[in-house]
Amino acid sequence: MKTITRQKPYEEILQQLKFCNRVFVVGCGTCATVLQTGGIEQVSELREKLQGSGLLITGSTVIPTACDEMTAASVSENEAAIQGANGILVMACALGVQRLNFYLDKAVLPALDTLFIGLEEHPGYYMEACAQCGQCILGYTAGICPVTACHKGLLNGPCGGTDKGKCEVDQERDCAFTLIYNRLKEQDRLDLMRHYHPPRNAQVVPRPRVKILEQKEMEQWV
Amino acid sequence: MGMKFKQLLDSGKFVVTAEIAPPKGTDLEQMFHHIELLNDKVDALNVTDHQSSVMRFPSLGGCLAVKERGGEPILQMTCRDRNQIALQADLLLAYTRGIENVLCLTGDAMTVGDHKQARGIFELDSVQLLRAIDFLEEKKDLGGNALNGETAFCKGAIVTPEADPWEPQYNKFEKKVDAGAEFFQTQAIYDLENFTRFMDYARGFPVKILAGIVLLTSARMAKYMTENVPGIFVPQNLIDELSSAPKGGALNKGIEIAGRMIAALKKDSLCDGVHIMAINREEAVPDILEAAGL
Ligand code: SF4
Ligand code: SF4
Repeated sequence: MKTITRQKPYEEILQQLKFCNRVFVVGCGTCATVLQTGGIEQVSELREKLQGSGLLITGSTVIPTACDEMTAASVSENEAAIQGANGILVMACALGVQRLNFYLDKAVLPALDTLFIGLEEHPGYYMEACAQCGQCILGYTAGICPVTACHKGLLNGPCGGTDKGKCEVDQERDCAFTLIYNRLKEQDRLDLMRHYHPPRNAQVVPRPRVKILEQKEMEQWV
Repeated sequence: MGMKFKQLLDSGKFVVTAEIAPPKGTDLEQMFHHIELLNDKVDALNVTDHQSSVMRFPSLGGCLAVKERGGEPILQMTCRDRNQIALQADLLLAYTRGIENVLCLTGDAMTVGDHKQARGIFELDSVQLLRAIDFLEEKKDLGGNALNGETAFCKGAIVTPEADPWEPQYNKFEKKVDAGAEFFQTQAIYDLENFTRFMDYARGFPVKILAGIVLLTSARMAKYMTENVPGIFVPQNLIDELSSAPKGGALNKGIEIAGRMIAALKKDSLCDGVHIMAINREEAVPDILEAAGL
């Protein structure tokens, strides 16, 4: 599982840095490194580019996993360079950006757009498998998620756009309900195709979603 | 207008519906013209709902115009542009203004239209929308709250007889029947043998089926549709027939083909009626009816 990111257009990065002239660049050693959007190489490329645009780079680092709490340690290790900057440019997913935002009282700016959480189906091929909808129906759909695999997120069967088993928006993509149908058929569970799914309850996921562990649940790890 | 659409369906008459598209903007003259042209010639008139995800004057507004001119409108409602509250509210308004027929659709993808930056809502799907209407009729909204005043709609949906693969599509058809759909307007059909096979299946359900007739205006269009439009199959002999038409005569040939198909469907009582879609050629509908001997 990886958070899939893409570098923002360079003009947009510069736009965000409009009020900064000294920049510290942060990459991430986990997802963004695998995706080659925020690894060592990408960080040094962007550093150079920013220098070329007349910005002063006070330093850079690639945090092992930018979204987790160990990030605090990386921040203290780089304290001087970070203090010398007036903009922190983050080449990690938006969780990494927000993690840094907890620790720093400075402008923390995303260099990447966060797209989705990708499941590696086969090496190098990441697909969006779950939209964290809060009401999992995989048990009725042969383990294939129509909320994400169907372009329209339909629950009760295919729209009229299915063509030769493909989706109307993209002839390269399978229609979710063709996949679900075939799989249920193989498993001899076709009666599930007739199962009525009521409208999704948006209330089960009021935003922002928060999960708080009880003290005793936390203690089992320490 | 004598009988309401629902009564006509129940009466066993071979029903004819057609459809019009509201304008892009506020100049309603042409739409009024089409309404006046067709109101007396068909049993009910669909008004499309931002078809192909192109933002236009709304279906509800078009239906009001049909009603004001003495016709029987069928309100098309897609789930693409409105959440539950907006869909229900539009239904309440429709009912109070005498619009009693609703065609429940999923809606095309946002990506095919002229607002590619907009978000597709799809909070309900077509099956859920059909059920929502049932709720309103039981004087409840989707939040479970009581409603004052009644609603009673004639509920319709669509089905694609030529869907490939057909099994998941027919499954959804059955879910729509379970959800209370009373009539179905089909995606365009051109192959009567295939359609007969579909009807053998569909006859097993207590619903009325109106065969979709899309006017073919050229061999090129026919070829394009069969190759690119999901769920449409145009047999080669029809494409050949259109190509063999004299120069400038393809439209008339298309009208003749549509009329011939309608006549055949009616003669053998293959289905309960037809839904004529003469996209951008609404003027040709009376000619199609004449060619069909209606
Ligand atoms: S139904 Fe789909 S989006 Fe919802 S939790 Fe399950 S996998 Fe995730
Ligand atoms: S073709 Fe299938 S996957 Fe695509 S939008 Fe329609 S139902 Fe969903």
